[in-house]
Amino acid sequence: MTDKLRETYKEEAYELLAELETSLLELEENPDNLELIGRVFRAMHTIKGSGAMFGFDDIAAFTHEVETIFDLVRNGKLNATKELIDLTLAARDQIRAMLDASDGNGAVDAAVSETIVAGLKRLAPTSDKTEAQAAISSSQKPEVKDSNSGDKTSEITYRIRFRPSADLFVNGTNPIPLLNELRELGSSRVIAHTDAIPVLEDMNPEICSTYWDIILTTDKGINAIKDVFIFVEDSVELKIEVIDQGWADGEAGDYKKLGQILTERGDVKSEDIDNILGRQKRLGELLVDAGVARPGQVASALVEQQHVKEIREKRQTVEAAASIRVPSERLDSMVNLVGELVTVQARLTQAAALRKDPELAAIAEEVERLSGDLRDKTMSIRMLQIGTTFSKFKRLVRDLSKELGKEIELTTSGAETELDKTVIEKLNDPLVHLIRNCIDHGIESPEEREKEGKPRIGNVHLSAVHSGASVLIDIADDGKGLNAAAIRAKAIEKGLISAEAALTEKELFNLILAPGFSTAKTVTSVSGRGVGMDVVKRAIDELRGSIEISSWAGQGSTITLKLPLTLAIIEGLLVRISGNFFVLPLSSVEECVELTREDSERAHGRNMANVRGQIIPYIRLRDQFMIIGEPPAIEQIVIARVDGNRVGFVVDGVIGEHQTVIKSLGRAYRDVEGISGATILGDGTVALILDTSHLVATATLEEQTLVQT
Amino acid sequence: MAKVIMSVDDSASIRQMVSFTLKGAGYDVIEAVDGKDALAKLNGATVNMIVTDLNMPNLDGIGLIKAVRATPAHKFVPIVMLTTESQDSKKQEGKSAGATGWIVKPFKPEQLIAVVKKVLG
Repeated sequence: MTDKLRETYKEEAYELLAELETSLLELEENPDNLELIGRVFRAMHTIKGSGAMFGFDDIAAFTHEVETIFDLVRNGKLNATKELIDLTLAARDQIRAMLDASDGNGAVDAAVSETIVAGLKRLAPTSDKTEAQAAISSSQKPEVKDSNSGDKTSEITYRIRFRPSADLFVNGTNPIPLLNELRELGSSRVIAHTDAIPVLEDMNPEICSTYWDIILTTDKGINAIKDVFIFVEDSVELKIEVIDQGWADGEAGDYKKLGQILTERGDVKSEDIDNILGRQKRLGELLVDAGVARPGQVASALVEQQHVKEIREKRQTVEAAASIRVPSERLDSMVNLVGELVTVQARLTQAAALRKDPELAAIAEEVERLSGDLRDKTMSIRMLQIGTTFSKFKRLVRDLSKELGKEIELTTSGAETELDKTVIEKLNDPLVHLIRNCIDHGIESPEEREKEGKPRIGNVHLSAVHSGASVLIDIADDGKGLNAAAIRAKAIEKGLISAEAALTEKELFNLILAPGFSTAKTVTSVSGRGVGMDVVKRAIDELRGSIEISSWAGQGSTITLKLPLTLAIIEGLLVRISGNFFVLPLSSVEECVELTREDSERAHGRNMANVRGQIIPYIRLRDQFMIIGEPPAIEQIVIARVDGNRVGFVVDGVIGEHQTVIKSLGRAYRDVEGISGATILGDGTVALILDTSHLVATATLEEQTLVQT
Repeated sequence: MAKVIMSVDDSASIRQMVSFTLKGAGYDVIEAVDGKDALAKLNGATVNMIVTDLNMPNLDGIGLIKAVRATPAHKFVPIVMLTTESQDSKKQEGKSAGATGWIVKPFKPEQLIAVVKKVLG
């Protein structure tokens, strides 16, 4: 159980740290926003409080220091300066490191913690005072403990007068458990004084008019008795007197006279009575005060609550929405099951169609509809807002631009766009690369920018938007743009293109995606090792996405990533070659045209088709996969858009749309080129999913070698 | 019938710990993520006691205590607040708002049970 709690704590702490980072970065922009300061403080507070409870003492101690500073900020004694935010961000990273290290992987550098704490203490104007206060409170504690243990030795009898104030119940206090707790301390007698209870018709059951005398013999000491009343000590009259020390004190068996006891108790003597009356009056005043203040306080709290509620509701509907945390593996296995279901449903539909049984067909239709709904719902569970990723980049941009001496701000839009969890996860690295490129290569130094007549502060804009079954993510900067001439020179130098090749600007830009390409003159720590863009390209390909680059000299460049909404189930176009089935991602398919034998003969062996005046190269999949047999007289060309070009794929026949549940190929087939996965058809046949961009690349290469030889 | 205790905390780990401990001691537990959520869940429900954190979004512990004390049905429900050593002023504020008692974080399960027994019997 403890492990589970620790895990929950860690999970929660990671989330809080992410939130903390976001809040801090926002705070940097609006340093006076009390709401943000409150959010930072709360995150720290929870990390600390829960940390100590689950054995993360180092985290608790460290976070305490940071929290102390933010308490000052919250109380307006300190401003949220840039320096403070820098330190707090560093502290946040350190807490994260501590959390990571708590698994036993690696250790935390304690010196870093000390530096941060020292830095924070320097910022605190009144740190001496708080330390002094801490010293006082800690010096008080051992004292209490000493007297407690000192009294433990012998049994002592006490007289306890417990007179609650009339409003005892208002705080939800029930005196009975308190008396029971006293009884547990030792042998006791409890006397209830009921004389103040009014007659029935005047009685107010919400007012406590009883008080008690307890005679208790215990070896637990006076502090144990005080502890019983710890929650009520300032709202009750509590008098604890030692009436018997526990050892023979002269006359054994004989005790004080009644009058003496009463006087001691203050029940009889007039001045004592006055005294008590005086106190009662004070209590009465308190009661009135409390009676007056409470409705006012509540009303004001309600007004405040209402106000804040209205503002926050809009913003926080998502945050506050009731949600449950589910391990992501469970979602993954659910998606797998839905995939199986969709496959079985396809079989059912097919079987129903063969039987020609209207009743079965109706059921199959129903199942189809339901499994379709279930599929959509399950997919939507896995959808995450891309905003979580966006906010991470704010930090990246901030740190990097500082390092490079540039002034850059990151703006985002479409943070609420939803994408499959796996896609978002795999998108992180490519986006980091692209943003780094913008900062390092794209945006000029502030001086250069001023010379160009641009604002000093450069802008990187991240945006996400839905477009059909895909999401488009733009990474745009307002820097100098891509230098087409430099790219061309570099590509020739690297042997990527021949010196006389005539390429459009777009084609030139696409060259930067080629492996081993980099035009930066010097290698910086940020980018420029020439490994960036081809890695991005590969990652996006893996996600079945595509990259488009546009650039305007002196005005900046935009890189657009087109990504599928999900990786698990796609809409596919099912095609056939002899007895083999293949699936093409429907999102890239544009049209299908016929290819007759005369057409191909007319092309003199060149794989080109004339589609409404446009020349379209095509790939004969039959040849590509070396499938034996004669092609039919009329073949079909499926024309798809691959990396911005229209390319045809020649097949025997087009069967139609197919809900494709993507299955990865086994280990043995993982490296097969031109195939990105497989799917199971309704009758159990396997269909391979084509990796169109890879097929085109292979065909282009073959064509080039053919031309060269 | 087992007594019902509501655990109000924005930290899931604390809620889990409180509810695990209390369930182990034979109480029923309702969880709420903040003061606002707690008030919504209190409405019409039978709750014998509330254990609440002070620092929470939407509606904090103090606000919750005040609001609960203003509700006739739960006017006398014992409310225990979770505080930290650095929050002495908060503790006072909570007490004057109507809190029955408090537990200083970090606390051990036994301490929680002891406090529950103290106020709930």
